[in-house]
Amino acid sequence: MTIEDKLFLNRFQADKHSHLKIRDRDVCRSCERKPCTYICPAKVYAWDEKEERIDTAYEGCLECGTCRYGCAHDNIDWRNPRGGFGIMYKNG
Amino acid sequence: MSDKFDVIIVGAGPSGLAAGYMLAKEGMDVIIVERGDHPGTKNVMGGVLYRQPTEEIIPKFWEKAPVERAIVEQRMWLVDKESVVTLGHRSKGFGTEPYNNFTVLRAKFDRWFAEQVVDAGALLITETVVEDFLYDGSRIVGVKTGREQGDIRANVIILAEGVNSLLAQKVGLQRDGINSSELAVAVKEIITLPKEKIEDRFNLEEGEGATIELVGDSTFGMMGTGFIYTNKDSLSVGCGVLVSQLVEHEGLNPNEILEHMKSHPAVKPLLQGGESNEYLAHMIPEGGYRAMPKLYRDNVLVVGDAAMLCNGIHREGSNMALTSGKFAAETVIAAHQRGDYSAGMLSEYQSKLEKSFVLKDLKKYQNVGVVMERNRHFFSFYPHAVNAALEEFLTVDSVPKKEKQQRIWNEVTSQRSKYEIIKDLYRGWRVMG
Ligand SMILES: Cc1cc2nc3c(=O)[nH]c(=O)nc-3n(C[C@H](O)[C@H](O)[C@H](O)COP(=O)(O)OP(=O)(O)OC[C@H]3O[C@@H](n4cnc5c(N)ncnc54)[C@H](O)[C@@H]3O)c2cc1C
Ligand code: SF4
Ligand code: SF4
Repeated sequence: MTIEDKLFLNRFQADKHSHLKIRDRDVCRSCERKPCTYICPAKVYAWDEKEERIDTAYEGCLECGTCRYGCAHDNIDWRNPRGGFGIMYKNG
Repeated sequence: MSDKFDVIIVGAGPSGLAAGYMLAKEGMDVIIVERGDHPGTKNVMGGVLYRQPTEEIIPKFWEKAPVERAIVEQRMWLVDKESVVTLGHRSKGFGTEPYNNFTVLRAKFDRWFAEQVVDAGALLITETVVEDFLYDGSRIVGVKTGREQGDIRANVIILAEGVNSLLAQKVGLQRDGINSSELAVAVKEIITLPKEKIEDRFNLEEGEGATIELVGDSTFGMMGTGFIYTNKDSLSVGCGVLVSQLVEHEGLNPNEILEHMKSHPAVKPLLQGGESNEYLAHMIPEGGYRAMPKLYRDNVLVVGDAAMLCNGIHREGSNMALTSGKFAAETVIAAHQRGDYSAGMLSEYQSKLEKSFVLKDLKKYQNVGVVMERNRHFFSFYPHAVNAALEEFLTVDSVPKKEKQQRIWNEVTSQRSKYEIIKDLYRGWRVMG
C-alpha cells in the first residue's frame, strides 16, 4: 500500500498553519541528499525542482519528530501542532 | 481554574499518568496538561504492557482496563529473504492470573488510565500544548501553554512529554538535537482480522495472545526490528530502524521497509484477508544510559521516554515510564513535605532509579547500541547465515551429513572469517552478558 492510501485511513484535524518550518531555504539548496524527502514516514517533504525549495504537506504529518533529528542541517523548526490539531489516532 | 498547583505534569502518557495517579492519591494538587484531544490519541506503542510494573500503580488493572490479549507465546524470528528460523516460548501459566503481560492499544489504554487519574483527584486538561516555562528570575515557577491566559504556576514540573523532548531540551536538561543514532523511527499498521482467524493462525485459545519479533532481512539488515502483535480483533504490525541508518540508506522510506516485511512469505499468510485500519509513526529513544539527560534541576524532573528510559533490546519502555513516574511522584511528595524543591532534594529521584531495574538494566546494556551500530552484520549476516545453514542441513539430497556440515562451515566462513566470527561472539557476549 502507498503512503497516500495509508494516510487516508487516519483521522486528522488539520490546522490552517504549518507546524513545520524550513529555517533557511538556501541551506536546502545545497543539502546534498535531502534526507527529509525519504525518511519521513508520511512523505511530508518533497523537493520542488522548479522552485528549488522543499514543499511541506504538513497536513499528513504523524508527529513522530524524525525529520527534526534526521535533517542533515538542523534546518527544520519543529513545533507541536496547536492543541487539538494534528493526528488523532484511533488505536495507537 | 486556580492558577497555582503543587505539581504540573506535561504529557499524559504512561509516565505522566503514573506520576499523576500517585500524587493525586496523596492528596496533592496536580494538573496534567496533554496536547491531544484525549490522552493516547498522539501515542504509539507495539505494544506489550507488562503486568507487574503497571500493577504497582493500579492493582488488578486488567480486570477493568481495556487490555487486548494476555500474551502466552513470544517468538523471535531470524529472517532471511525467503526463509525464517524461529525461536519461541509458550507458557500456559501466562494466560491466567496474575498474567505476565498484555497487548494494549494506546488510544484506548491511555484514555482509560487518565480516567482513573482524574477519579483519584487530578485535573487533566487536553488539547493544550505546553510551549515554554515561566520564570521568576532564573527560577522556574510554572509553564506557558498555547491557550490564551494559559500560564500555570506550580512548585514543581514533571516533564513526561515523550521521546521528542522539546521542553527538556529547551531547559537544558537534554541536549538540543539528540543524535540521530540514538533514536529509532518506527512505523506500524493496525490490520483488522476476525478473532477466530487470529486465534487459528497464531494457535491461541480465546483471549490469549502472541508476539513475534523479527530480526534480519525484514529491516534490510539495518539496526532495528519488526514486530507482529495480536490484539483482540486486529494485528499490530510494525518495524523500527535507527534514524541515522535510515538517513544513510538513501531513498528508502520507513513505509517501504514495512511493506517489505509484510510481503515476506512467512508473514504474508498471517495477514491474509486483513484490512488496514490505521497507519502510525513514532520514535523510540534508543540511546540508553549514555544518552540519558540530566534527570532533574531545581523545580523540574524528567521521566519516561523524555529521559531516554527505554530498553530497545527487551522492548521495554512503558514499564520504565510507569516506574519513573512513580519514583518522581514519591520524590515530589517528600519534597512537598519539606517545602524544598531544590535540585538537592529532587536528586532522590535519581537515587531511586539507580537502585531499581531501570538504571541497572540501562547500565548493563550501555554499550550494546554502540557495538550493534558498528557491527551491522548482527542484523544482516547472522540471520542470513543461520537460515542458509539450516536450509542446507534440512535439504535431503543424498549428501552425507558430515560433508554438509563442512559445506555449511565453508559457506559461512567464505563470507566472514573464523577470526571475525569469534570476535563477534565475544563482543556479543561482552555487551549482553
Ligand atoms: C513502535 C513502538 C513500539 C513500542 N513497543 C513497546 C512495547 O511493546 N512495550 C513497551 O513497554 N514499550 C514499547 N514502546 C515504548 C513505549 O511506547 C514508551 O517507552 C512509552 O510510551 C513512554 O511513555 P511516556 O509517558 O514517557 O511518553 P509518551 O507515551 O510518548 O507520552 C508523552 C505524552 O506527552 C504529550 N506531550 C508531549 N509534548 C507535550 C507538550 N508540549 N504539551 C502537552 N502535551 C505534550 C504527548 O501528546 C503524549 O501524550 C514502543 C514504542 C514505539 C514507538
Ligand atoms: S534535510 Fe534539512 S536541509 Fe536538507 S533539504 Fe531537508 S530540510 Fe533542507
Ligand atoms: S514529524 Fe514525522 S511525520 Fe511529521 S513531517 Fe516529520 S518525519 Fe514526517
